[in-house]
Amino acid sequence: MASGELGKVYQDGEVIICEGEEGQCMFVIQEGEVEVVMDGDDGQEIRLGVRGSGEFFGEMAIFDRDVRSATVRSLGEARVLTVDKKNFMRRVHEDPSLAFRLVETMSRRIRELGEEVARLQNNG
Amino acid sequence: MAEDGLHLDDGSRVGVIGGGPAGSFFSIFLLDLAYRMGMDIQVDIYEPRDYTRPGPIGCNMCGGIISESLVQNLAAEGINLPPTIVQRGIDSYMLHMDVGSVRIETPLQEKRIGAVYRGPGPRDLKEVKWGSFDGYLQNLAIEKGANVINQRVDELLWEDRLPQIKIRKEEPQPYDLVTIAVGVNSASRKLFNNLNFEFTAPKTTKTFIQEYYLGEEQIQEILGSSMHVFLLDLPRLEFAAIIPKGDYVSVCLLGEDIDKELISNFMNAPEVKGVFPPGWDFDAKSCNCSPRINISGNSRPFDDRIVFIGDSGVTRLYKDGIGAAYRTAKSAATTAVLQGISAEDFEEHYWPACRKINTDNMIGQAMFLVTRIIQGQQIARRAVLRMTADEQKEADSTKRMSMVLWDMFTGSAPYKEIFVRTLSPVFLARLAGDLAISVTGR
Ligand SMILES: Cc1cc2nc3c(=O)[nH]c(=O)nc-3n(C[C@H](O)[C@H](O)[C@H](O)COP(=O)(O)OP(=O)(O)OC[C@H]3O[C@@H](n4cnc5c(N)ncnc54)[C@H](O)[C@@H]3O)c2cc1C
Repeated sequence: MASGELGKVYQDGEVIICEGEEGQCMFVIQEGEVEVVMDGDDGQEIRLGVRGSGEFFGEMAIFDRDVRSATVRSLGEARVLTVDKKNFMRRVHEDPSLAFRLVETMSRRIRELGEEVARLQNNG
Repeated sequence: MAEDGLHLDDGSRVGVIGGGPAGSFFSIFLLDLAYRMGMDIQVDIYEPRDYTRPGPIGCNMCGGIISESLVQNLAAEGINLPPTIVQRGIDSYMLHMDVGSVRIETPLQEKRIGAVYRGPGPRDLKEVKWGSFDGYLQNLAIEKGANVINQRVDELLWEDRLPQIKIRKEEPQPYDLVTIAVGVNSASRKLFNNLNFEFTAPKTTKTFIQEYYLGEEQIQEILGSSMHVFLLDLPRLEFAAIIPKGDYVSVCLLGEDIDKELISNFMNAPEVKGVFPPGWDFDAKSCNCSPRINISGNSRPFDDRIVFIGDSGVTRLYKDGIGAAYRTAKSAATTAVLQGISAEDFEEHYWPACRKINTDNMIGQAMFLVTRIIQGQQIARRAVLRMTADEQKEADSTKRMSMVLWDMFTGSAPYKEIFVRTLSPVFLARLAGDLAISVTGR
């Protein structure tokens, strides 16, 4: 890791968060890519998406107390920064506008999911 | 100009005096929020420094630690500090006392603290390998649409109840809002002669920073990615740190009017000498300065169409000044865009953020008093060392003392939160046990 790199480096295929585990933080990708996967009903792994530099993942743990809904793995080498739930919530309490970007990202993902559901219904 | 009342509108003009972190953060957030609200606002930042030039002309003199909480908050804001700006990621603190040293590891084994230079680096910089932190923020503000005027502001005037900014040889420029982010290290008193209210400047004290060239390899070998902090029994010294950067290390002393005698006592302490390579020539310094630090905020950092942010308003005591610049800048920007720019708007929506920092600083004063007592009592120093060292050896324990020290040194948590943690019965019981062991000398 170069001297000025912040966060933690994950190797190709390394699991960063694991579906079903409890989470107390979210993550911001500093460099590289990660893939978000989920176990399907037939035991087959389904890839939900790929996230790149500057994007968040694991943000649901910030707002709900449920377990992680998906597994996230490094795609190639990825450098990732952890954002603690406590630190984030304390700041959002002081400055709700800190959540704008997160809400923006989540609403974009809901829009993408809506499109995906519509496509699946059309196909099925 | 805004037509109706004291609000920013499409076409409003905002003047920012000072383009250090506070001025740049303010401009970034104001422009971002205005864009979200569909408003086109002109922002002019007045800043005489040139952040591409090493030495004093491009440097706003500071230890350059970007706190763990600020690194996280900025990431959530979409500002991810790149390795071209961060000279070293810090993952541990080494605490040095006369009774021994202990390493406190970051809770997550992750580098979440950044060591930066505010300019490109010290005066004798041989090769520019990293960029300036303040320059990086200024460029982000420019990308958002701010206009940088590379001039010092001479005077703040008023005409038709609008503030005007005057620079040398130019006509005064009127603005709907003027944001003052001049810090506490320039002679800007004249700027405040024409304010419509009694201005009480922040109280400050003199500090000391010295840079040494050691080269990247040697720094990696002797300091690694640890910040070295010292609890030494030296009167008037509140906090001392050696901070590894890229090719240099910064020695940073905070306290009451740091003078030559205190500097020499610190440099000659065996605990300090032990951190440098054997036989190190302490006179071989590359750059030093004695900036002032804000120790008590401006009591009324706003009026109609005027707001003070960062060090020239209110900041955190001794720690995380850049984090406080971010918080006050963000609060002032959201107030200006979403609420209004009258004294009442700032009082209602901006002042609470400042008051919170002020209240926390009062608790911080008490915490520093306790630290001073520990500094002066060898028995207490032994107990702190023992408790921390034991915690660091235990894999899964709740590291209470380590976390208190970590947050005290890094400035990551509010002083109030740290204080509350020290009242925990488990913490007190364990400390009492370690004190007893220190007294009996076991
Ligand atoms: C020894 C020391 C160590 C420190 N270490 C740390 C640390 O490790 N981490 C941390 O977070 N904080 C630290 N701080 C605090 C930190 O430096 C300040 O809190 C921070 O710089 C405040 O930012 P600012 O933008 O308010 O002011 P400044 O950084 O002082 O910026 C003010 C800007 O205004 C400009 N200006 C001044 N007058 C005029 C004028 N008339 N016209 C136009 N422009 C003008 C100046 O050129 C300057 O660029 C330290 C401070 C000291 C003294």
